[in-house]
Amino acid sequence: MSTLHTVNKSPFERSSLKSCLDHVSAGDAVLLIEDGVVGARKGSQFAGALAAKNGACAIYALGPDLAARGMKASDLVDGVKVVDYAGFVDLAAEKSRVCAWL
Amino acid sequence: MRFAIVVNEGPYTHQASDTAYQFARAVLAKGHEIFRVFFYHDGVNNGTRYTVPPQDDRNLQKLWSELAESHKLDLVVCIAAAQRRGILDANEAKRQGKDGDNIAPGFRISGLGQLIEAGIEADRLVVFGD
Repeated sequence: MSTLHTVNKSPFERSSLKSCLDHVSAGDAVLLIEDGVVGARKGSQFAGALAAKNGACAIYALGPDLAARGMKASDLVDGVKVVDYAGFVDLAAEKSRVCAWL
Repeated sequence: MRFAIVVNEGPYTHQASDTAYQFARAVLAKGHEIFRVFFYHDGVNNGTRYTVPPQDDRNLQKLWSELAESHKLDLVVCIAAAQRRGILDANEAKRQGKDGDNIAPGFRISGLGQLIEAGIEADRLVVFGD
């Protein structure tokens, strides 16, 4: 049973990204949406924790939310993949369940 | 695949209602089914037809109502959350002795059982909130 985890708040505002990364299992996917995409920025204090999970888990960021915040794929921690809403739906369908870290 | 969506945040608060709406559209565009959209907590504020945002801003209530109309979606507002926030349909307005109702087209007021049922009937339950 693999899970898609969604995180919608910046790690500088809430601890939801940290809680999520502490609970993910191998084979899960983490999708950063809304202000959560800030957590994927290269060089931030959370980049190490994210990079450490990227591999056993796949980390994604929602493209339209990156664009709305002036961020692009090259701003992100290496290996973080960008998806659109259709990709979000595909991830939700591929995994057995969706857990929103609110 | 059959999806159910939960919206726990009102419109124009942060982004949850926008994301849920865009996700719902993407689900339908992929040919999946939406069993129900359940509006809970402040999310019930998506369901008042008295919403009047500026003309150059998106009208989330209208967008949900139009999506419900075009795809025959079941938009359910939690009754206890709705009563606390002044969201009433004609029956509730009468029962509570209020002078009018404000439920938006395509929305209906019901109970938490509808959320439980959505969790059982849908293959995926996706929650958006604050």
